[in-house]
Amino acid sequence: MRPAQTTYQRPTSVAEALQILAAHEGAKLLAGGHSLIPAMNQRLATPELLVDIGRLDELKGISVSGNTLVIGAATPHAQVTASPNVRAHARALAQACGMLADPQVRNWGTIGGNIAHADPASDPPTVVLAAGGKLRLQSATGQRVVDANDFFLDLFTTALQPGEILRSIELPIVVDRRSAYVKMPHPASRYAVVGVAVFLDVANGYCSHASVAIGGAVPKATRSPGAERALQGSHLDDAALAAAAAAISAEVSGMAMSDLYASAEYRTAMAGVILQQAVRAALA
Amino acid sequence: MKVTVTVNGTRYEREVESRMLLVHFLREELGLTGTNIGCDTSQCGACTVHMDGKSVKSCAVLAVQADGREVTTIEGLAQDGTLHPLQAAFWEKHGLQCGYCTPGMIMAGSAFLRDHPHPTDEEIRHGLEGNICRCTGYQNIVAAMKSAAENM
Repeated sequence: MRPAQTTYQRPTSVAEALQILAAHEGAKLLAGGHSLIPAMNQRLATPELLVDIGRLDELKGISVSGNTLVIGAATPHAQVTASPNVRAHARALAQACGMLADPQVRNWGTIGGNIAHADPASDPPTVVLAAGGKLRLQSATGQRVVDANDFFLDLFTTALQPGEILRSIELPIVVDRRSAYVKMPHPASRYAVVGVAVFLDVANGYCSHASVAIGGAVPKATRSPGAERALQGSHLDDAALAAAAAAISAEVSGMAMSDLYASAEYRTAMAGVILQQAVRAALA
Repeated sequence: MKVTVTVNGTRYEREVESRMLLVHFLREELGLTGTNIGCDTSQCGACTVHMDGKSVKSCAVLAVQADGREVTTIEGLAQDGTLHPLQAAFWEKHGLQCGYCTPGMIMAGSAFLRDHPHPTDEEIRHGLEGNICRCTGYQNIVAAMKSAAENM
């Protein structure tokens, strides 16, 4: 299959890319292209103009700035997974970027493209949401920072406005914070049937803060306040995990997605199971 | 748009449509038909090549994105008439039946072995999860990968 006719520009700076976006309503940003080009092959996407930001160094790289882990939007998944800073401060994100899709996709697909695409069955949005992450967006008029809680709006829908570029993903660095991401992958596509990310502040076995998000099972990456309440203030014992599992399944019930592989009921039941696996993985 | 792509060590300049996929550039512009098209939906890995040394499915990349980059296809893997150790191992261990997935499997596998010189069976299977084979059950592919790792 071949994409429909399109045009292509490769700006040499974010500023130039923003100018092109402002001048062309039908323009679409291209980085790794590993979601966009397959969609174009199916003619699900027919952009008039592709603006290739995949080579812009100012959008690449991983650094620590004060108490914040900053990941450039055009950084490929394989580099996120391999980064010592990500492994040290947000292990769940290294796990998610190391298990999504397959090696070819991880080599070229970018974390920013993945987040902006907001596929409900993708892994990084769930982790960035649970991590308390923020998204730095740039437009021709300036930058704004959007909390991940306010960024993922619906299936393939985010707070990104026309003319905006996702510059970086920023995660807080907290002492004694442990994290894990566990998913039940679809056996063929590797997309998450259910994926759960947990970030836990644990000292002497006591959990003083818990943040939990689920994806795959629901139309967008979604926090689980019930599971967070059950884990926070506990010693993460079996009773606390069982309560958290019951809470996340209760929240997922009613909004769970369904397909040929996994019914809504199955996804709802597995939400609690995968959550418990994620908590245990974070403590391991 | 004019692109310059170095494929298997040779520099090619071509005028291409912006929508042209790298796999069509390789097969139709350059006549390098060793790279197969399997699924058209970027799931099977049959069209895997190396771009700037990293494996990529050439149905998920536009030719214009390869502009200025170096691409290696299955035709460029043998050196001076000597098969790449993984090509030889696929032959010796019978890592194929119909052979359709083999070019992509070998391109993905050779990139993996460069980064993982002493892989376990599990690492091999994880490293090849982007490539689908409908004949072999993968047993002999894993055997070929292990054999190649010992000879590299």
